Amino acid sequence: MILTDEPTVPTLDVAAIKSDFAILERQVHGKRLVYLDSAASAQKPRAVLEAMDTFAQTSYANVHRGVYTIAEEATTAYEAARTRVAGFIGAASPAEVVFTKNATEGINLVANAWGRANLCPGDVVVSTEMEHHANIVPWQMLAAERGFELRFVPLTDDGRLDLAELPRLLDGAKLLTVTAASNVLGTLNPVRELADAAHAVGALLLVDACQHVPHLATDVAAMGADFLVFSAHKMLGPTGIGVLWGRTELLDAMPPFLGGGEMIRDVRLDGFTCNDLPWKFEAGTMPIIEAVGLHAAIDYLDALGLDAVRAHEVQLSDYARSALQGRLGDSLRIYGPTDSALRGGVASFAYRDVHPHDISQVLDEYAVCVRAGHHCAKPLMRRLGIGATARASWYVYNDEADIDALVDGLAAAGEFFGA
Amino acid sequence: MPGLEDLYKEIILDHYRSPRNRGELAVPPAHRVEGFNPLCGDEVVVYLEVADGRIEDLRISGQGCSISQSSASMMAAAVKGRTLDEVRSLSRTFKAMMSIHEASLDGDAGTAPEASAAEVADGLTAADRELGDLVALRGVLKFPVRIKCATLSWNTLLQGLDEVAAGVPPAEA
Repeated sequence: MILTDEPTVPTLDVAAIKSDFAILERQVHGKRLVYLDSAASAQKPRAVLEAMDTFAQTSYANVHRGVYTIAEEATTAYEAARTRVAGFIGAASPAEVVFTKNATEGINLVANAWGRANLCPGDVVVSTEMEHHANIVPWQMLAAERGFELRFVPLTDDGRLDLAELPRLLDGAKLLTVTAASNVLGTLNPVRELADAAHAVGALLLVDACQHVPHLATDVAAMGADFLVFSAHKMLGPTGIGVLWGRTELLDAMPPFLGGGEMIRDVRLDGFTCNDLPWKFEAGTMPIIEAVGLHAAIDYLDALGLDAVRAHEVQLSDYARSALQGRLGDSLRIYGPTDSALRGGVASFAYRDVHPHDISQVLDEYAVCVRAGHHCAKPLMRRLGIGATARASWYVYNDEADIDALVDGLAAAGEFFGA
Repeated sequence: MPGLEDLYKEIILDHYRSPRNRGELAVPPAHRVEGFNPLCGDEVVVYLEVADGRIEDLRISGQGCSISQSSASMMAAAVKGRTLDEVRSLSRTFKAMMSIHEASLDGDAGTAPEASAAEVADGLTAADRELGDLVALRGVLKFPVRIKCATLSWNTLLQGLDEVAAGVPPAEA
């Protein structure tokens, strides 16, 4: 599963990795499945599925409540997942790791709990034009209610944040909320620089790390983040669980988000007191089996080594760019920065004037899975002057043959629709 | 490529490559209405001129995939000059065809009476005859996520007709 030639040149044994993913043995329309949609959701290795299955069949119970043996085991497994996450992202303490349904819920939690307590008319929240809707809409909803101002960092023509505008936009800001890596353009944003700029004006930094944590080593302290969110299902883990990380003093000062069980210490008919961190933010029965799956996914990624994962993706990005443009030339346009070192393993593209939906439909005949649409980033689509893109994204189980299948399918789509 | 021909019939590709009634009309007197497919970002803009209970003129703009754009083009060709009653009947028949359930569950699913002697003779139902070229879009049913692409322009047209009937002022361009 893991292969490291030399410590300094980490590589992945992709053939061995592929064999860990049962779904990649599947055929669609009589052809080998080529999964190039990991930016939407990643496939799950047997290790993750088996960990969840084994836990469910041997130790499952609700957590934190029972005194019986398997309830203890379930609680231990659930909290071990939290500790594993904390170590994986460089959190100061597991108490800073709040489990959520997904990253979207994490952002909504910050907006509702921190935002309601801290944002008033006259305040400013700064986001960017490249955000996923999940990092725009919660702030728009709250701005309509609280009356603060929402600003957006514009983009350069090659799909990077226009940092020249940042000082002006940050003036008076209480929060900068930004993606670490664009789900459309692939752009890796300079998070540390953004953190320093935000902190210089007394603003906090929320990082949407959905496209970062699965692909690059992530250290919340090195990033200078104040809040950070991500989802398990994009990092080989299950759906239904995500993470909000926040600095202890911020989480401590925040009111709770959802009310219910577990998040309380005491309830009387005239009021309640909150539980300690992180349980203060975990109302109701949590995704316990999924936490075990997330733990296993982190183990799997850690065994591969995030440096090797990143190097593999950069190498595939280089290969994809040269294969796509070598075969299809200028009729194919890849959006975003051209340097693979500045982007994640994502390529959104336009091909001739064939609509992304039609591209994706033809590619499906070749069992090649790519996404077509606005990728929940309509403001970015408007900035690019388009309605939609086709997007291919690669991960640890993809290789050059997968990219070749994409290129073959695209050439066929071009022929099918003529031009 | 087997399968794809079911979806991308020649007449659909023809309307996609050479869309009919594409463009805009001056607002007013025309009524302008927009439709979006939130899943894929497709949008269609319908410009309608209704007079004497009839669609006197109609233009389509917007952007989208081959299915949404060809469906809009075929719709425009089918409804221009028709009475509002005819258009509503046609839209019911079309939407019934594009719905796996509606055709059997919706008692008001357009003009689909008992098969006549003529139908038995040529294999076409009355609904097929009413739909004409639009029947080519039936293949979309095999690709359920694309059904919304095919019905987008019709839903937009119906919204426009409702707005005209209700006297809603034309939306700003």
